[in-house]
Amino acid sequence: MKIEIAMKLFGKDILIPDTIVNTWIILIILTIFALIVNNKIKKAEAGEKPSRFLNVVEVLVEFVDGLVKSTMGPNKMFFAPYILTLVMFLLLANLFGLIGFTPPTSDYSVTFTLALMTFFLTQYYSFKTSGFLGYFKNFTEPMAFLTPLNILGELANPISLSFRLFGNVLSGVIIMGLLYSALGYFAPIFTPVLHAYFDVFSGVLQTFIFAMLTMIFVGGAMD
Amino acid sequence: MLEGITSEAFILGCSAIGAGLAMIAGIGPGIGQGHAAGRGAEAVGRQPEAQDDIVRTMLLGQAVAETTGIYGLVIAIILLFVRPLLTAYLNL
Repeated sequence: MKIEIAMKLFGKDILIPDTIVNTWIILIILTIFALIVNNKIKKAEAGEKPSRFLNVVEVLVEFVDGLVKSTMGPNKMFFAPYILTLVMFLLLANLFGLIGFTPPTSDYSVTFTLALMTFFLTQYYSFKTSGFLGYFKNFTEPMAFLTPLNILGELANPISLSFRLFGNVLSGVIIMGLLYSALGYFAPIFTPVLHAYFDVFSGVLQTFIFAMLTMIFVGGAMD
Repeated sequence: MLEGITSEAFILGCSAIGAGLAMIAGIGPGIGQGHAAGRGAEAVGRQPEAQDDIVRTMLLGQAVAETTGIYGLVIAIILLFVRPLLTAYLNL
């Protein structure tokens, strides 16, 4: 299924690709999900056992909380909501290929935006913890002549982070597309196994890795 | 032998060969990830109670090792689908 929007703005033709439209669909789904959870959790009694739906949500929240606690330390738990948002968005985005849409993460603009958010968070917390002079002094560690190397290494982080997610998802999309066009009507016999690998396994793994690397980068900048 | 081939077709063919050569970069991550998985299995064998931590560290290391292979893949995809060389030739 491909939903593209073509429109005219100030006399210019603008084509909104289907990956961006799918991102909006995911945002709407996540917003509705958040509203439902908020509504249910306000009605829930603290003394009783949680209902089935709330139980699943609690498992997810506790999993992310445990991940943040073991990777960044118990005094940085305020970072857990951002990681949970990231995990839920990426999980839904990577699994979107299963129902016939193009996964939004196969568009480089989406993954690069997410990687830039991690990059700026890292710089912000590095600036906040070590101060104005300390921030620039961090680049001259351990020796002064390594400064260009340190700056390059810092700039390479968002590029490698975004290309990792983008390359993994896009390679799956391309291989599946080639297989579907090559096999025609016989494709449903062979493709489920590949969907299980490329969409489910690879998608969940890349979500986990993106969240872990974000926590490691930002946690390292906070110390 | 090259008489019937237009310049555009020649550039497209060379781009395809270049994309194939760029994917040789996949060898390195393959070896590296296999090595990490082997060492991970050894570590789990020695300390089965630390399996969660070992698997997590192994997956993270493998993801970082994969980066160079992904760079090669991106170069191959750009050569095949964006075709910068053909555009450069047409703008000449």
